[in-house]
Amino acid sequence: MIAIVDYKAGNLASVKKAFDYLGHESAITADPAAISRADKIVLPGVGNFEATAALSGPLQETVVRMIDRQVPLLGICLGMQWMFDSSREAPQLRGLGLFVGECEKFPATVKSPHVGWNQLQVAGTSRLLRGLPPDSFVYFTHSYRAPVVDATVGKCEYGGSFSAVVERGDLFGVQFHPEKSGAAGLHLLRNFCEL
Amino acid sequence: MLTKRIIACLDVDAGRVVKGVQFTGLRDAGDPAELALAHGRAGADEVVLLDISATYENRSTLLDVVRRTARQLFIPFTVGGGIRSLDDAAAVFDAGADKVAVNSAALADPALIGRIAHRYGSQAVIVAIDALRVGNGKGMSFGVKATGGRHATGRDAVAWAREAEQSGAGEILLTSIDRDGMRDGFDCELTSAVAGAVNIPVIASGGAGAAEHFIEVFRQGRADAALAASIFHLGITPIGELKRDLQAAEIPMRWPC
Repeated sequence: MIAIVDYKAGNLASVKKAFDYLGHESAITADPAAISRADKIVLPGVGNFEATAALSGPLQETVVRMIDRQVPLLGICLGMQWMFDSSREAPQLRGLGLFVGECEKFPATVKSPHVGWNQLQVAGTSRLLRGLPPDSFVYFTHSYRAPVVDATVGKCEYGGSFSAVVERGDLFGVQFHPEKSGAAGLHLLRNFCEL
Repeated sequence: MLTKRIIACLDVDAGRVVKGVQFTGLRDAGDPAELALAHGRAGADEVVLLDISATYENRSTLLDVVRRTARQLFIPFTVGGGIRSLDDAAAVFDAGADKVAVNSAALADPALIGRIAHRYGSQAVIVAIDALRVGNGKGMSFGVKATGGRHATGRDAVAWAREAEQSGAGEILLTSIDRDGMRDGFDCELTSAVAGAVNIPVIASGGAGAAEHFIEVFRQGRADAALAASIFHLGITPIGELKRDLQAAEIPMRWPC
């Protein structure tokens, strides 16, 4: 079962619908016990980094324990940003620090939020992106972005380069919304399901 | 590169897709869920479903349509029409919409924009503005109409777009009532005036008839996305063909998809 962690950050149902469509069992849950039984975890979420405050405490402890047990974790959008050290959007909060760096705003030279379909530039070998056609278009909607780091396997260009996909071991993060990215997004989610 | 978006719009009344000319004269054009999926397969970057009747009796019919559509549509999906409160928005999100479009209710109570954005994020709130040219020559301006273009509001479209952005809107869906259903081109002046005044994406709507109209509204109109209804579902311009033409004109497009 794939646990979709519910921390009241936007509409999580679309992620579940994508797993339903792919024929993989998933559940939206905020129950640490249920998350502990999952064989994969998804951290979805949109909106302000402040929303990740709801993850601190038992939910965070559970997620960290599962990471130690090498249960695959996929952070989507805000969920991915939470896997970094921090974000200037809510500097008083800390992320999980699984990836090094701070998320920051887009420069004033481009419209923000970055909304729409942009091209993914594959930048390394990736289990998550396996078999995905190069330069696939995926759907983004965000005002803050994560820097390009060692773990970046997919980049995107908008007012400079940023991390679109990060991956290290069983840790995965995507800035875009695979559940809203048509065939390319479903391909990526299927790869995650089949890990 | 961030592409310009082509959005297919389905105007729905009592659970069926309809399309009017200048907001009246409706004709039946099919099942919304089926058409939404067909548009997605054909290459639409997003689908918008506008409930143009939005009467109380039709509300559960609409939610059923939203549910059926969302189950199989894995591109952004917006629902608008008759959203008067946070509860109305919540029902539509629960049924599977990614974004809601608010119009008349936001005009009456601009704080509604912030209430929905606070709970679902700004990216989930589109403020729809129905604009109409007022006056001529140097004194010409763009007025805002409410309730499906029926009532004047005394507001200016550019000022209202700016206020909507400040209130928490993530995008503006800007419809020209003058051009709606005419298929003779978008109102590029209107679109450019609003796009230049806000820092959030502007979706141009009303007047799509041919590829050249889209090129104009992306270049002169500075639109981030363009929406059309009848030319897609009546099969006048297949979306794939349109995207190929736009790509040939060097407008960045998600194509092939």
